[in-house]
Amino acid sequence: MFRGTEQYLASEGLQHAVNCALVLERPLLVKGEPGTGKTLLAEAIARSLGLPLITWNVKSTSRAQDGLYVYDTVQRLYDSRFGDGDVRDIKRYIRLGPLGQSFASKQRVVLLIDEVDKADIEFPNDLLHELDRMRFKILETDEEIAAAQRPVVVISSNNEKELPDAFLRRCVFHFIEFPDTDLMRRIVAVHHPKLDSTLTEQALRIFYELRAFARLRKRPSTSELIDWIAVLKASGVKDLQLDETLPYLGALLKREQDMLALQEHLGGTRRNRA
Amino acid sequence: MIFEFLYELRSRKVPVGPHEAVALARALGGGLHESSLDGFYHVARSLLVHSEKHLDKFDEAFLKHFHGVESAALQMTQELLDWLRDAAAGARELTGEERELLESLDVEQLTRMLEERLREQRGRHDRGNRWVGTAGTSRFGNAGRNPQGIRVGGEGGGLRGAVKLAEARLYRDYRDDLVLDVRQVAVALRKLRAFAREGALDELDLEGTIDATAKNAGELEVKVRPPRRPNTRVLLLMDVGGSMDPWAEMVSRLFTAARKATHFKDLQTYYFHNCVYGRVYTTPQLQQGVPVTELLARIGRHYKLIVVGDASMAPYELYERGGAQGYWDADAEPGLSWLMKIAEHFDRSCWLNPEPQRSWFGTIETIRKVFEMYPLTLEGLGEAVNHLVRGGRGRTTLVG
Repeated sequence: MFRGTEQYLASEGLQHAVNCALVLERPLLVKGEPGTGKTLLAEAIARSLGLPLITWNVKSTSRAQDGLYVYDTVQRLYDSRFGDGDVRDIKRYIRLGPLGQSFASKQRVVLLIDEVDKADIEFPNDLLHELDRMRFKILETDEEIAAAQRPVVVISSNNEKELPDAFLRRCVFHFIEFPDTDLMRRIVAVHHPKLDSTLTEQALRIFYELRAFARLRKRPSTSELIDWIAVLKASGVKDLQLDETLPYLGALLKREQDMLALQEHLGGTRRNRA
Repeated sequence: MIFEFLYELRSRKVPVGPHEAVALARALGGGLHESSLDGFYHVARSLLVHSEKHLDKFDEAFLKHFHGVESAALQMTQELLDWLRDAAAGARELTGEERELLESLDVEQLTRMLEERLREQRGRHDRGNRWVGTAGTSRFGNAGRNPQGIRVGGEGGGLRGAVKLAEARLYRDYRDDLVLDVRQVAVALRKLRAFAREGALDELDLEGTIDATAKNAGELEVKVRPPRRPNTRVLLLMDVGGSMDPWAEMVSRLFTAARKATHFKDLQTYYFHNCVYGRVYTTPQLQQGVPVTELLARIGRHYKLIVVGDASMAPYELYERGGAQGYWDADAEPGLSWLMKIAEHFDRSCWLNPEPQRSWFGTIETIRKVFEMYPLTLEGLGEAVNHLVRGGRGRTTLVG
């Protein structure tokens, strides 16, 4: 049973979702804002179950086939020109992708399919069969790769695209909400155990104020808060206030427009007060 | 009891079927819920709900179905009560006239009333003045018009206590699929398609390889290129309700065609009423408002903007500060300046008007100066698509 780890605090709902996925042997689909720890979840599951983790970082050009295996025709062509090794052995030019590796592994593994929504809209559909059966065939060699131990599959999505219904139906779903102040306080405590409590409170307050500021193009997330506090700690800042003097704002806001928007906003409120 | 709950969910349009039922039965059989209602709530939610869009409906159904089991069911949705507190805190002062109609209650009273009502209520109830539901004047529910009330879930009513809209209007949901003539529209929209070769070099360029190899005196030289992918992104803004009602069918045809088009990389749709002010909405019922500034920040200038609307409104809605929202609105800029802001943001935009061209007077003439306007006919749509593909930034640049 998964209960989170020391480094990864999981809400009750998330624990139940993970356990459902483990028992039912279905993929776990986690959605939520960037920075809510979707990717870290897979690491935490792997650590708490003592299993190795295989990560498949999906890109906009990823195809389902890439996850299974790639037949490197170009290498084979080159080799046939320059006579390097036995080109008749196609096996040498078959490279297993992350999904293929997780099936072929003797040991049970945790497979993270990260940011599945980045790829083409049809991408998840192309994976349905393989995720259901946990097996596939390498057409070139007529060899079948079947999972001896069904891997624990975690799929993360940033909600950039709608996922197909047939795919959703096969998954256990969990939506990670952005942590509230209490949970965030605990998360900060995990990462910065000996932090001064007033500084924590001030940092948290400013952080949530910034997040509530609607004109931001990219709102700061958990990991940025953790980084920011690390910088504050290292530089010995003791007192924080949300104004133009806020130190190391660059750790929280990553876009120039956001910086400008905030400065404008802060300048505006100051004028109003005066 | 559990099967009834599944049907309850289905009646709320949460798509659950045998697949989900079997999964839930297996999970419960495996004791995953740890024999508690709390556990059941989490297990059921992770197996029956596949999208955050349905989480709210799930909570609703759960509350309704299990409220008699133990009062824990009510406590469990602590979230709900939290929402109540937030909503009540944000309740706005209104005109004396409005206030007379509605006695003031404090948060605790409201909360208690809601709990009582949740226990009594037997089903979904919309547009009423008592039960929890949507679009009514009850104190509880979503998208209602009781300014002192409590919102249950969701992002809140789109009309923000819109006293100027005297009665609840029924907007036709444009998402309903229509088969009628959609194809013609789809064919016209197809021209919007554009492809780009982007990304990894993972396609063998056969002709390039042959060319290069020939030039290389028969020495093999492999050429690769990125594959072709659709690269058109479209933002659709639609006027709904009121003077647009006669054109609802035509507009829904356009919408259906656009949704079905697979050659768009991205299609986003928002709604507005009469003229765009500070916000646009994600549903035709004008719920879930998104501030225009936020929308423009998120959606790049390379999106092709298509506005559909009759551009007919009372002049004050276009020219005066807070024309339709009311003077108390914080960012009450005149509608025209919102329209200009939007038009300036996008490289390519057009306005489709269902009104026949011969009656393009008044506010339509003004808006034509901001947006390139085309009639919403097949012909007009074709011209609009040509304009979007060619580019240009509307009237002013074409003239100057």
